[in-house]
Amino acid sequence: MNGGADLGGMQGFGPVVEEDDEPHFHADWEARAMGIVVALGACGKWNIDQSRHSRETLPPADYLRFPYYRIWIEAVEKMLVSRGMITEEELKSGRLQVDPVEVRGTLAPGAVWQAIHSLAGAADRQEKDLPLFEADDQVRTLNEHPEGHTRLPRYARGHIGAVVKVLGFHVFPDSSGNDLGDDPRWLYQVRFSAQELWGPGKNPKDSVTLDLWEPHLVKI
Amino acid sequence: MTHNHGDGPSHDHDHDHDHDHTGGMSHLGEMDARVRALESLLVEKGYVQSESIDQLIEIYETQIGPKNGAHVVAKSWTDPEFADWLHRDANAAIHSLGYTSRQGEHMQAVFNSDDTHHLVVCTLCSCYPWSVLGLPPTWYKSPPFRSKAVIDPRGVLSDFGLNLPETTSVEVHDSTAETRYLVIPQRPEKTENWSVEQLAALVTRNAMIGTATVDGPL
Repeated sequence: MNGGADLGGMQGFGPVVEEDDEPHFHADWEARAMGIVVALGACGKWNIDQSRHSRETLPPADYLRFPYYRIWIEAVEKMLVSRGMITEEELKSGRLQVDPVEVRGTLAPGAVWQAIHSLAGAADRQEKDLPLFEADDQVRTLNEHPEGHTRLPRYARGHIGAVVKVLGFHVFPDSSGNDLGDDPRWLYQVRFSAQELWGPGKNPKDSVTLDLWEPHLVKI
Repeated sequence: MTHNHGDGPSHDHDHDHDHDHTGGMSHLGEMDARVRALESLLVEKGYVQSESIDQLIEIYETQIGPKNGAHVVAKSWTDPEFADWLHRDANAAIHSLGYTSRQGEHMQAVFNSDDTHHLVVCTLCSCYPWSVLGLPPTWYKSPPFRSKAVIDPRGVLSDFGLNLPETTSVEVHDSTAETRYLVIPQRPEKTENWSVEQLAALVTRNAMIGTATVDGPL
């Protein structure tokens, strides 16, 4: 979707400013927000793509002005409510009013290190067919503007690039983020010249690579 | 609350600073209260346990950080077989060192050279190789970097004080999938015969994102 999260190529935000001696978290709530969001993953009520979609569907003006962990909190509250895990009223009152729903599991204190190191979040799946493209193939990206979740950003649509390598057979977020299942597809690293993306004024030696799935690409 | 950076000395962080981290909420305390209320509701419902959240925070504040990536880089500088493995199968090479945690399931290593400089970004969200770099800094997740890195990477590098010659190619990697990119910076001069530990101490987080190079000894 052409939402507030699809930032590549926007202008006017000013220079990138690095904070000196930046702490991991700027306040306790940021630390708790990170922990809550990661821990809730164990409940199995959403996948990472649905989680990203919940963030990118915030109103663009809010997305741009909220600190990052507030975006996480806003998005996780939406998902908790839409899955029936909590109600709007509970969120407002902070008091339990409805019994909890069944979840796949919870993150137990003794299992945290192991859960973080389980590689359970791996996105590759058993191959079902052979890749259509190979290294050096010229491809063109689709020029479509779906309203749902896609990992093909606006700035890279309708452009010609070259396949760098086949990365594997991965869950397709344009399906999984839209509640349509994993639908794994071949994933490629694709290189676009800076001039192809941004015009002749750019340095001819510069390029951008994106990791794109087969349905994003047409062979030329 | 004490924060240990993993790549620097610990320091106490108080909440008295001049940035607006609340996105328009009148007071920092409102987000504190809101998140505390959410956590207590989730605990009451049995979906999360506060002790697990404490442990997650502790792990990412003290145990998983840029030290991991610096070890990978320093090893690649001193061990040609490992460097070759990193080229061919970064995932297996990095996992062999025990860096197997989340947001590092599909690693790719990109090597800076005299000809090419690599820069990593996630324009769509905040994808970042947590397993080797820990949690991303705020600038990495913020609109100025995410918007500019792909259209004006040389301008971004300049914001960080890194001015590359026009003859060096800049290759930006937009992390649009679960692939996570680690930049292997160039080994600085005058570090012959240095140990992996000595070399790792030179490697900064920014050098592994691509917004810096690695400085050698003065």
